[in-house]
This record gives sequence, structure tokens and C-alpha cells, in this order.
Amino acid sequence: MSTLDTLTEGQSATIQSFSDKFLSLKLIEMGCLPGETVKLSYVAPLGDPIAIEVSGYMLSLRKQEASTVQVNVISEN
Amino acid sequence: MSQPLPHISIALAGNPNSGKSTLFNALTGLNQKTGNYAGVTVDKHYGNYTWKQTAVTVTDLPGTYSLFPKSMDEEVACKALLSETEKQDVAVIVLDASNLKRHLLLATQILDLKIPAVVVLNMIDEAEKSNITIYTAELEKLLGVKVIPVDSRHKKGIDDLRQAILDAVPSGTVFYNFTRQKELLPEINTYRGVISSFLNGGNTELITEFELSDNIHRFTSINYMVAKSVKQPQQLDKSLTQKLDHFFTHKIFGFLFFLLILFVIFQFIFFLAEYPMSWIENGFVYLMNLTAEALPQGKLNDLLVNGVLAGISGIAVFVPQIALLFFFIAILEDTGYMARASFILDKIMRRFGLNGKSVIPMISSVACAVPSIMSTRTIMNWKDRMITIMVAPLISCSARLPVYTLLISMMFANKKSNGIFSYEGLVLMGMYLLGFAAALIAAIILKYVLKTTEKSYFIMELPVYRRPQMRTVLMLVFNKVKVFLFDAGKIILAISIVLWFLTSHAPGKTFEDIEKQAVSQNLTENDINAQKLEASYAGILGKKIEPAIRPLGFDWKIGIALITSFAAREVFVGTMATIYSTGDSENTETLREKLMAEKKYGTAQPVYTVAVCWSLLVFYAFAMQCMSTLATTYRETRHWKWPAIQLVFMSGLAYLSSLIVYNALS
Repeated sequence: MSTLDTLTEGQSATIQSFSDKFLSLKLIEMGCLPGETVKLSYVAPLGDPIAIEVSGYMLSLRKQEASTVQVNVISEN
Repeated sequence: MSQPLPHISIALAGNPNSGKSTLFNALTGLNQKTGNYAGVTVDKHYGNYTWKQTAVTVTDLPGTYSLFPKSMDEEVACKALLSETEKQDVAVIVLDASNLKRHLLLATQILDLKIPAVVVLNMIDEAEKSNITIYTAELEKLLGVKVIPVDSRHKKGIDDLRQAILDAVPSGTVFYNFTRQKELLPEINTYRGVISSFLNGGNTELITEFELSDNIHRFTSINYMVAKSVKQPQQLDKSLTQKLDHFFTHKIFGFLFFLLILFVIFQFIFFLAEYPMSWIENGFVYLMNLTAEALPQGKLNDLLVNGVLAGISGIAVFVPQIALLFFFIAILEDTGYMARASFILDKIMRRFGLNGKSVIPMISSVACAVPSIMSTRTIMNWKDRMITIMVAPLISCSARLPVYTLLISMMFANKKSNGIFSYEGLVLMGMYLLGFAAALIAAIILKYVLKTTEKSYFIMELPVYRRPQMRTVLMLVFNKVKVFLFDAGKIILAISIVLWFLTSHAPGKTFEDIEKQAVSQNLTENDINAQKLEASYAGILGKKIEPAIRPLGFDWKIGIALITSFAAREVFVGTMATIYSTGDSENTETLREKLMAEKKYGTAQPVYTVAVCWSLLVFYAFAMQCMSTLATTYRETRHWKWPAIQLVFMSGLAYLSSLIVYNALS
């Protein structure tokens, strides 16, 4: 198990759980549900924030926020 | 006698980026107004249309992702949907047809409120282009309300929607997690009850618990609904957006492109706007001369020409900059680029308590703080937005330039530049850097001082790139200009008239005495004007404040200029020209010589020493000498507290800095 902020570009993962209540509410309403597949699309030029593909669209969030999302890495590519 | 038409009120609700504004424009056309919601800084957009003998008032609610608001904008939307006093007869739920899954969350929440509703599959043309097929009849069955595919850009499906709105009924289906609600919140009977309890600060912990399980419950049924009613290709073709993103968020090209955008905006509002601005000013001068001659001489004439018309001219002159800036911002927002700019700049701006979206307002401040403060509307986060508004006026604007130029030329009048560097240029650049530094430092301070209940996060949608729609862009420009002219304009006009009174009136018969003397002493027009200004209320005030500004090295003549330049900083030069009776304020050469020859009363020491010039320079860099900025801050924050803080804090900073500079140099 790792956290969303540790994915590398192009890597996919499945969302497992959240460690921050407020952020989990926001993330769920943005389509980041447990069981959902996310893909790290790209990282901002200065290393933070990151952009992920989820529920068929692109979402950006800061690394610190992504670190509250536990994920299972499913593929390298 | 014709009966008044039956009337209904409807609200457009939907996620940000659901194309709500375009749909709103398609429904109402030019028939729209901007107002405000009580007590908050969010603009209320509403408009009217008539369909089948029914008058319909449409309110375009701020975008929200759910009925449990996470920002002030969202709260406004949720409160409006639940309002008992301004009841909405129909909720029009706007969804992005290409993004049904996420957008259906809000839709099912609103349907649970049991108000008559219609669901709009907006931007259906884009969904079709991506080979997404939506079985509308199936979706209608599942949602329990009418579902209308609409292409707002090409106005297809609008009439179907208008008809469906008249026929709208509440959905008979329940979507929320009823069991969980009964367990956690047994005292509440309906979903509507849960939302209104949350909005009124009810038991947040239990409600949050409910919200969490309810959302997961909803997405389970949404997944089922999407599986039943939507057919989409395995892999959506996002190649264009991917390619553009690769470029716009590139380590080098991304920043270069952003700099290019800033450069273009800057060129337009700093240099190109000058042409229409001078047309407006010249037009008003012409109008003022015309009015002055057409009407009989006297007080009323003077009030109308130098008070009212001059005041309106001072307001209208901002229009080109506001219009141009919003033209660019609307395009950047509409295309989806603004979210990317915010994305690449977030890490830098975060340190200063600012937002990626603060960059454009901050840079625009170099031209003028008025359009800059208005453009902070794109910053969704309240605290980031307030900080940007508060620090933007510290950045040196174009109105400071004439003041800087005059003072700097006085400081270096006797020194010749050595080689390629001119001292004047260096100091001028230093003044701009000083402004930026002050703004950033103030932002860091405010980051710790400002308190907010709103939690800060940067979870933001990166919308797909779209071609900007001229109609939407121009509507925004038009609305912004209108809001400025009528809201901020009122305050600016009132202060202009007060300033006019102060400079054109004197106690007793002083002005008449001056004119009588003038005849006997053979004084020139310039000398008469100088004497009148000295005798006026503004002159008296200038002398009154002299003890307060003497520690900064200023005399009462500067005091008068400080008072009159509250209208706009560049008035300083004009007032000094009047006081020193050089007449034409454009001729700064003469003014500079007069100022430099000025001696302290009864001595041979010059008034304008290098220390005084520096002191004045720093004072003008920091002082809130601009009623238009204050009026705009009031308009944008809806509270006198914020412009008052700006005024006190900037004037205090200016006074202290001048005091230090003057004492250090003399």
C-alpha cells in the first residue's frame, strides 16, 4: 500500500482509503471513490501539484493532499 | 385590459464547467442583470424570458459540486436552492453530457430536495463527437424527471427545455441513504432537512458522517444508472487536451507561454488602452467646454462642469482597461487555460498566501489596481482572494508614473548620467520593485493574520480545452463594465464632488476679494488660480495638516496636493502646477524649475532637497491615494471594513516609510 503522491507519471492505482476526513469528502464528490482507478498524468514543472486522471476527467491536487489517499499500485507504464 | 402573465422563478444549478453560463445566455439573451446575494461577495446573475404566455425569471447560481458546500460560492448556491423567501419554482440541473458520472452526484442530491426539476444534458454535441451515446428515455425513467439534451452553443434544444421547465415535476425516486440517515440523524425527517441543518451549522460531525456514506451510496446507484443509459467507448479520445497540457505544463515552454500571455495582457492594458482612454478624456473635455459655454455662468455651471462631468470622466476613463483585462481573462477561463496557469504557479504563489490565479491580478496592478481588484473574482478561495485584493494596490500603478517622473527628475537634475545607465531609470525601476516587494511581504503577513472558517485546498478540475465563445466573453466584459460604472462609479462621483467643493470654495468672500485685488495688482490668470487654491477649503486643510506632515519634510503646499490627489495620484502634478502658478500642468519643465527654486520661508535653503524628494517618492509608492481603488474594493468585498483597512494600513505604511527615509537622508 502506498499513497497517491508517490505515483510516478503514467502509473495507475486503485483508491483504497483516506486519512483526512474533510479532504475525503471533497475528493469523493470529485469522483475519487474507493475502488476507483486513478492515473497520475503529469506533475507541475516545480514538482507540485500533480494532475490525475479519474472518472474520465483530469483533477489537480497538491502532493500534501494526495498523501492522504491510500492506493494500491496496479501497473507500471 | 391585458392580464399580467403568470410568473415563475427557476434556478440553473450545476457543477463548475458544466456550461451553465452559456446555457444562461442562450435562455435569456441580452435580458440579464447582475445583483448580489445578501451579505456575501458573490454576484447574482439573473435574467428573464417569456415562453407560452409565462414570464420566467432565471437565476444562474454559482457552480457547486454538491449540496454540502465547501466554499462560500457553493454555500450561496445551496442556500438559494433551499430558500423559503425566494422560492425557486423549478430547479434546472445542468450536467456536462461527457462527464455524467461525476455530475450526477449533484443532480441526485437536488432531486432529493423534491422540488420540480429538469435535467439538462449540456454540451451534447461534444459528447456525440466523442462517440458517447446517452439513452435519454432510460435516464428519465431512472431519475424520475425530464432529461433534455441541449447544445447551448448552437442553441439547439433550448425550446424543448423551455417547455420541459413549464411541465416540471418533482422526482418520485429517493436517492439518498435513508437507512443511514435514520441511524445518524433520527430527529430529521427529510433530505432537505439534513441539508438545511448543515447550512445552519447543525451537528456537523454526524452530518459529515452521513455525507460520507451517502455519497458512496449515491455513486453506487449512479454507476448503475450510467451503465444502463450511457454507451461510451472504452478509451475516450483526449489526445488534443493531452497534447496541449504537455505544452502548457512543460518545465520551460509552460512558463514561457505564461510570460507571453502576461506580456500581451500588459501591452494591451498599459499601452493600447491609452488611446481609448485619451479619447474618453478629450471627449469629456469637449463636453465640459460645451456645457460651460451653453449654460449661464455661476455656481451651478461650475458644479455641473468641474464637479459632475469631471467626476464622470474620471469614472469612464477606467472602462477601456477593465474591458480589455476582462476580455483576456474571460478567454483564458473559457478555454480552460486559466486552470493550467494556476496549476504551474501554485507552488510559488502558495508561499505568499496567494493563489496561482493571483498572478494576473497582481501584474495587471502595474497598469491599474481597479481592473486588477475586479479580476480577483476568478479566485475561488476566499482568503486567497482577500489577500490579493488587499495587496494589489501596493504595486506601482500607471497613475504613480507622472509623480515618480517629476520627483526623480528633480533629484537628478544636476547630475549627468554615466554611460549607459541613467540614474533616473534605475530609481524608477527600483520604485516598481519596491512596490512588488511590499505587496509580497504584506501578503505573507496577511496569510497569518487573516482568519477564515473556509478550509483551504487545491483540489481543482482541469477542464478539457474548448474554443472560447465570443458571446459569453463579451457578456462578461459588458457585465463587468456595467457593475463598475454603476456600483463603484456612484462612490467615485460622490467623492469627486466633495473634492470639487473643497478646491472651489472658500469661507466668506475670499474668492471675490482675490479677484478684486487681481484687477488692481494686475495679476495673471495663473497667479489668481494659485491664490484661490491657497484660500480654498482644500488650501486651509493643507495648512491644517502641515504639522502632521512636517516630520516627513512636507510643507502645506504638498499638503494641498496630498488632499487633491486623493482623486487620483497623478493630480499631484496638476495641483503643484496650480499652486506654483505655472498654469498648464503638461509643462513639467517649468514646474520642476519653480519647485527647485523654492526656498524655505525666510531662509536660503531649498524646500525640495533630495531627502524631501525621496520621502515624497516613497510616500506615493505606498499611500492609498486613490478613491477609485477604495470604491472598487468596497464593491468587491461588500463591506466598508476592507477599504478602511486598506486606507489605514497603506497610509500608515507610507507615513512610517517616509519618516524613516526623510530622517535617514537629512
